[in-house]
Amino acid sequence: MIESLLSLWDPYGIWTAWTLLYIALIVAGVLFFVAYLTYAERKVMSAMQRRQGPMLVGPFGLLQPIADGIKLFSKETIIPSQANGVVFLLAPMMLFALSLVAWAVIPFDKGWVLANINVGVLYLFAISSMTIYGIIMAGWASNSRYAFLGGLRAASQMVSYEVSMGLVIVCILLCTGSLNLQEIVLAPRPVWMQILLFPMFIVFLISILAETNRAPFDLPEGESEITGGFMVEYTAMAYALFFLGEYSAMILMSAITTTLFLGGWLPPFGIEFLEFIPGIIWFAFKTALILFFFIWARVTLPRFRYDQLMRLGWKVFLPLTLFWVVMLSSVLLLTDSLPS
Amino acid sequence: MTFDHVLRSFLLTEIVKGFLLTLKYMFFVPRVTINYPNEKGYISPRFRGEHALRRYPNGEERCIACKMCEAICPAMAITIEAEQMDDGSRRTTRYDIDLTKCIYCGLCQEACPVDAIVEGPNFEYATETREELLYNKAKLLENGDRWEAQIAANLVADAPYR
Repeated sequence: MIESLLSLWDPYGIWTAWTLLYIALIVAGVLFFVAYLTYAERKVMSAMQRRQGPMLVGPFGLLQPIADGIKLFSKETIIPSQANGVVFLLAPMMLFALSLVAWAVIPFDKGWVLANINVGVLYLFAISSMTIYGIIMAGWASNSRYAFLGGLRAASQMVSYEVSMGLVIVCILLCTGSLNLQEIVLAPRPVWMQILLFPMFIVFLISILAETNRAPFDLPEGESEITGGFMVEYTAMAYALFFLGEYSAMILMSAITTTLFLGGWLPPFGIEFLEFIPGIIWFAFKTALILFFFIWARVTLPRFRYDQLMRLGWKVFLPLTLFWVVMLSSVLLLTDSLPS
Repeated sequence: MTFDHVLRSFLLTEIVKGFLLTLKYMFFVPRVTINYPNEKGYISPRFRGEHALRRYPNGEERCIACKMCEAICPAMAITIEAEQMDDGSRRTTRYDIDLTKCIYCGLCQEACPVDAIVEGPNFEYATETREELLYNKAKLLENGDRWEAQIAANLVADAPYR
């Protein structure tokens, strides 16, 4: 007993404790941002719709997310009698856990990364593809037609947009020559390269909307047609986990976009004198901008029809990104600027 | 699929226009809603809210138990019983309004010859039980005393249009 306690003091034990602390910090930070993302979403949406938004709980309604959290915690979790209980409860847990696990490789600042692995991009996309399983499990285990339709829609939608996202990533990799997220951020990008990558940035922005099932691509939820889709049978904490999972996936996707396209923790446009502001502030600022785009798109655009969604994914984005990969690699090859 | 159409779909011009419109609404268009319990909207002097029975300035009840309001009430929400008092005046012994039946048409206050029954400016009287909405004479008189200043001002403001 004492020996095992003492063994905690060897370097490996300290390293473990340090990692656990770091994980706790990331999880707490992400959950805090999720809570206030819901508040920001409601405020921005109401501002664009000429409303006030939440105003009652606390000054300017700032404590509203806490009140919502308490409400969801204190309600009863109902498991439908026809549902497969284990899978039914496993699905939201899986979705939520996966949306947190992916944060391990995101560099918040220079060197501020939990796991600085060489294949960070691959890891991220492996994880974000796996979130589909959570949704399919939820749709199947609910044993409800609406939930099943929602699950099917989510699966085909996320798979379709993952393809073009993957090709966008290939464009980035061609320009940076690394799968490590820190090296992607630090890789030099001349202006002509940024111009060539800009259309891919737009494609990526639209794809992350589809990937996280957000409006205008929120067909898996589709409250006007399938009354909430895969979440239709969920209540209380199980529902809250889906909610947290969706919003932390939004933040995660924004962080990925920031890392891949917007230069992560570096000041914008390479302005040197702004470097006195800590990198994590720049990182949070850029992520918040993308999150604002998420909410902005939700207010502005009506929901796509399902065939339009599929047409956009397979007939527009896939050829476009494929062409761009070929074009970009030709340009890089001809100008002899391939990263070594 | 003309060239123009393709160009517009790839440059997302219409979507960008929509985005700019919502952004304009966010920053440059004033809100239409108010922060209700803390700030309240304008209410017309003709607003027909919670009922009240008024008194003369000397404290005497205005109501003379003519039962005009009871007769005209389309929802039959008013019940009146009357008796002669010791001083020879005719007064109500019972004046009940069932606010769950009332349709707030305002015909009772139009019918009243002495401006006794009025619908006041108060609309925040939600209750937790149905019984609390069965108003009796005491409750109505109390309402009258409470809202008299505003009711009198509203009657004066509306008088030129009658």
